Amino acid sequence: MSKSHPREWIEVRPEGLYCKPIGYFIDPHKPVENAIITHGHADHARPGNSSVIATQATLDIMEMRYPGAAWRQFKALNYNQSMCINPDEAPEQQVTLTFKPAGHILGSGQVLLEYAGSRLVVSGDYKRRSDPTCPPFEVTDCDVFITEATFGLPVFKHPPIEQEVNKLLQSLALFPQRCHLVGVYALGKCQRVILALRALGYSKPIYMHGALIKMCELYARHGVELGQCVAVNDVEDLTQLAGEIVLAPPSALNDRWSQKLPSVLTAMASGWMQIRARSKQRNAELPLIISDHCDWPELLQTIKQVNAPEVWVTHGREEGLVYQAQQMGYKAQALSLIGYEEEDIE
Amino acid sequence: MESFSDLLERLYFTNSTNTKTAILHQYLKQTPDPDRGWAIAAIAATLSFDMFKRALIKQLILERVDETLFALSYDYVGEMSETVAHLWPANRSSNHQELPSLSQVVDYFKQAQKDEVREYLINLLDRMSPAQRWALVKLGTRGLRIGVSARLIKKILAEYGNKDVAEIEQLWHGLEPPYTELLHWLEGKAPKPDVSQHVTFHPVMLAHPLDESKHLQNSEATNKDNTLRLDEWQLEWKYDGIRVQLVSTPNGKALFSRTGDDISHSFPDLLNSVDFLGVYDGELLIINDGVIGSFNDLQQRLNKKRPSKKLQQDSPAGMVVYDVLKLDQQQVTQLPLNIRREKLEHWFANTTPERILLSKELLAADAEALKTLRQQATDGNQNAVEGLMLKRKDSIYVAGRPANHWLKWKREPFIIDAVMMYAQRGHGKRSSYYSDYTFGIWKGDELVPVGKAYSGFTDAELKQLDRWVRRNTIGRFGPVKEVEKALVLEVAFDSAHYSKRHKSGIALRFPRISRIRWDKPANEVDTVTSVAALIN
Repeated sequence: MSKSHPREWIEVRPEGLYCKPIGYFIDPHKPVENAIITHGHADHARPGNSSVIATQATLDIMEMRYPGAAWRQFKALNYNQSMCINPDEAPEQQVTLTFKPAGHILGSGQVLLEYAGSRLVVSGDYKRRSDPTCPPFEVTDCDVFITEATFGLPVFKHPPIEQEVNKLLQSLALFPQRCHLVGVYALGKCQRVILALRALGYSKPIYMHGALIKMCELYARHGVELGQCVAVNDVEDLTQLAGEIVLAPPSALNDRWSQKLPSVLTAMASGWMQIRARSKQRNAELPLIISDHCDWPELLQTIKQVNAPEVWVTHGREEGLVYQAQQMGYKAQALSLIGYEEEDIE
Repeated sequence: MESFSDLLERLYFTNSTNTKTAILHQYLKQTPDPDRGWAIAAIAATLSFDMFKRALIKQLILERVDETLFALSYDYVGEMSETVAHLWPANRSSNHQELPSLSQVVDYFKQAQKDEVREYLINLLDRMSPAQRWALVKLGTRGLRIGVSARLIKKILAEYGNKDVAEIEQLWHGLEPPYTELLHWLEGKAPKPDVSQHVTFHPVMLAHPLDESKHLQNSEATNKDNTLRLDEWQLEWKYDGIRVQLVSTPNGKALFSRTGDDISHSFPDLLNSVDFLGVYDGELLIINDGVIGSFNDLQQRLNKKRPSKKLQQDSPAGMVVYDVLKLDQQQVTQLPLNIRREKLEHWFANTTPERILLSKELLAADAEALKTLRQQATDGNQNAVEGLMLKRKDSIYVAGRPANHWLKWKREPFIIDAVMMYAQRGHGKRSSYYSDYTFGIWKGDELVPVGKAYSGFTDAELKQLDRWVRRNTIGRFGPVKEVEKALVLEVAFDSAHYSKRHKSGIALRFPRISRIRWDKPANEVDTVTSVAALIN
């Protein structure tokens, strides 16, 4: 049997990336019949698909976010457990799916598809820094590597998370009367910031906006120990929050909700905070550069380690990464997938 | 440099004016002379020289970073200094040396030979953190924008020394960085600096827009009469030239822009004709034998640093004077406008200055007459007039934009519908958003560009527009994205002119987006013919 190049069996459709032999979309942004989901962020995992395959944690996240609308049927697949999607077809028509850890958030996986002797890896979102909430990114051999490029420009170099969380602790020491309100994405960033605070010895309760509590409980059910988390709604006297850390989704930072907190100092944890104007756009007085994506050196390191002869680049700053991959001797092209939020969700 | 960079970081990310004030007061207390004075100068943008050129910075970064990646990064970040700050390769071996002080850096660049600048700059950038590099490049190219205006700096200094800000205003343009004598006076260690012999700029008085619903209509709901009593107001045309201040003293004379830039060199013809003393406020225009030219005529002379003899002859610079701050050597800012006006008329009649016209007083008995006057402002025979000015007769001359003293009422803008054709990323606050839009109108069955707009929409609309651009891109030319010709923008502008700049053959003055017409089909927008009809 001759080897079939992924370009023969993968295509970009308006709904998203499509695997022709099995009729499955990967992270479709419109409801489809069959979907493989890399991770639970809302721009990748959308409601209304008929049949969904994902890791158990991703399925749990989707079920919590889209009660009753997450799917009609689902299949959970562990990391590194392979599954033939179309076992009834002749062997040369069969497609095998495996999730490889992506290191992005709880449950996140790269999608490895094997068909007709060739291997394709769809990275989904991923990072290379250590993250206690998920197993580390696994470098996987393949013919084509589809990588994200959220921070695909050489200006992006993320500092160590300890350094950034220390900035927050130093600010607390400097302004002990101010309530430190930190904008975090509910899924992933929130829990990672909490764990980084704990690792640096911060043992006080961490207060949070109601929107974050459920997700932290879900993480706890998956064995991630976050210490004491308290909903701001359960605090009777809000003046007690002076000098405390309060986590909230970014949309709540400049909302009426935050005006009831005492003497607020606004921080924001995101990889975008490296760019001054982005911090200003968020009104962040204390920008914390904490990302759940690769920075530029890590993207290049990953392309080198995966060492696939061909690299396809999607959502983010594709142009820079395509150019650089070509300079490094790889065949590279941009995949114009639409529907992924470039900025608001990490 | 470390403490200067820290200061900028803290100011940049602080929103509250009180906190900014506290940060700067603390810095002034803790920092020695002359460092702190140079920091003030950098923030207030009063440094008079570039320490190095932007071109040198660009050259240095391209020696270190791939050109394509630099261009993509710059396009994304939207600002040169920050792009360079992040892209400059970290030199770990020299990271722990202390940096020279701010004044050492300023002094070095001030006296350095051209060929020394390069090596010194590389050495500094190698040793700095990204934030420090940003501070250095901003300082060196005088592009610092950290949300502290020159006005705010003066207020902060006044509070620091427990003085009235008007006192600082009076001194400010007579002093030079590093402001040691000013700071010592504020700290009570030295007498007040004497600037009486300097040719200095006096900060100008500005107007608020007239609000028709508030100023011209009775509010029935509250039963309160907020309407203007027109006999209390002086009416004039609002001229469409450049606001200037003419300063003439026994020690010299100068022409300043409304922000205090000395623009004397651009208009020697006007300045040479001045043979009287005083400080006059007015509008610079082209005046040919007493006839005012259009804004288009004036455009020939804008941005010409050394105008040729021929240009000065063809487009002679003149001034319409409408207020006076100093008559001869006598300060008159504390007199009410009607008295200043009398003195100005008297002076004008006695002096009959060359190249200078006196702004005419207009009369309107009631709101209707006022509206008629505003209509007339658009008439073809009112060259270089863009509306009306209303000034309270009892108002003294104060710097800034005091409420209810001066009002401006521009004529109604023209409105057309156009189609978005191209989009580009913005700079500064809008960095990385697609916020600059080229729009076009129909010429036969072809869409042709007629202008570019980057204002008029809200932050929320900007996000929608940005998203629309990203999802409807059909081509790319460097930083410019070509979009699907499907989104209709309602564009407001002040006037239309024939021009070769755009393919439509028409240029619009100050176009801004007044509405986004998500509902309107692109084939229904304006045409070259319909827009050309708006040219008078």
